[in-house]
Amino acid sequence: MEIKATLIRDELYKEIEERSDQKILNCYQCGKCSAGCPAVAFMSLPPHQVLRLLQIGSNEEVLRANSFWFCSSCFTCASRCPRSIDISKVMEALRFLLYRKGITPLSQDMLDEELEKDTPQQALVSLWKKST
Amino acid sequence: MKYSYFPGCTLHEQSKSFNQSTLASSSALGIELEELKDWYCCGAVFPLRADDIMSLLSPVRTLIGAKKEGKDLVTLCAACYQVLKRTNYLILEDREKREKINNYLEEDYKGDVKVLHLLEVLRDNLGWLGLREKVSHPLSGLKVAPYYGCLLLRPAKEMTFDHPENPTIFEDFLKSLGCDVPDFPYKTECCGAYLGATAKDVVSQTVYNILHGAQKRKIGALIVSCPLCHYNLDFYQGELMKEKSELTPIPIFYFTQLLALALGLSTEVCHFEEHRIDPLPFLGVIK
Repeated sequence: MEIKATLIRDELYKEIEERSDQKILNCYQCGKCSAGCPAVAFMSLPPHQVLRLLQIGSNEEVLRANSFWFCSSCFTCASRCPRSIDISKVMEALRFLLYRKGITPLSQDMLDEELEKDTPQQALVSLWKKST
Repeated sequence: MKYSYFPGCTLHEQSKSFNQSTLASSSALGIELEELKDWYCCGAVFPLRADDIMSLLSPVRTLIGAKKEGKDLVTLCAACYQVLKRTNYLILEDREKREKINNYLEEDYKGDVKVLHLLEVLRDNLGWLGLREKVSHPLSGLKVAPYYGCLLLRPAKEMTFDHPENPTIFEDFLKSLGCDVPDFPYKTECCGAYLGATAKDVVSQTVYNILHGAQKRKIGALIVSCPLCHYNLDFYQGELMKEKSELTPIPIFYFTQLLALALGLSTEVCHFEEHRIDPLPFLGVIK
């Protein structure tokens, strides 16, 4: 992997920092977030790697990952981070960049009638707000 | 003790078991919950993007409605509690955003409504000993553990509800009802939340871990305060039991259902028919 100084802190990086209101360069890669993440096994990049790739300017690689769609905003990482980074906010900013381009894990046929009947409103509203 | 009450969409529409057991138990304890005349969906998730002002407007409108009633605002659903409490915190702490939000609204809201969870009302106004005295049918012999989930607790600085990873308020509550309360290390693990619709595997995995952890400790039932935790642990348990023969049924209660039973109220207010995992065989062991 090539690391270029010109890629670090580029416009996309600045946008992610601004929308999440988090200082990504504060991360020193201890890995606590990934160790405690309930969905890490399903993510193509664990949370600490998402932050590392953003730090070195590999934003596109991060946007190709699926990690942010598996983040359920449980705030376990945020409550454990020794550098006070709320990674759920970084994940939210990344989701926003994608669904603004029309990319979302939702599809129209996803909810069959039965599921729609039983699923609590809370789940449906959360899902829509987090994916569209 | 009079409070304004925000049921939220799920308690209002779907979870009669949570709503009615809450209203009946509160009234039996002399806690008057008066539903807000004018309330809106809280949005279910607190907006995590710094520039998402729009999603804050509906919770702020609800808080303004509560201010007009002049009483503290009580809510039950963990998601509503999270959104209303964090919104209030933001209004109090972030002057720039407060001004921006108030520019959209007809009122100048300063964050002066107190947002409470019913557990806090029980603890602070009745006290655990006071609650114990009101219990007419102690749930002796029931081995029940709390499942807090995420939204009541984190982020702790904003929620100021209990310790983010080692809370005890539910344990104190259960002990007041006479339950046997074992230690449950999975009590603050995430259940997978709303991911079930897009990523079933995640919820199956998290729910399996939680239930298996409970089973290993011979825990008979879990209590929750979140309709989504309830759905995941109850509905997915039914699905998991089709494939995993090692799982034994663990009924999932809203904490107010056990409260209603301990106060000797009719089981009708508990709406056990809403449960997928039948709680009645478990309740049969009350001594």
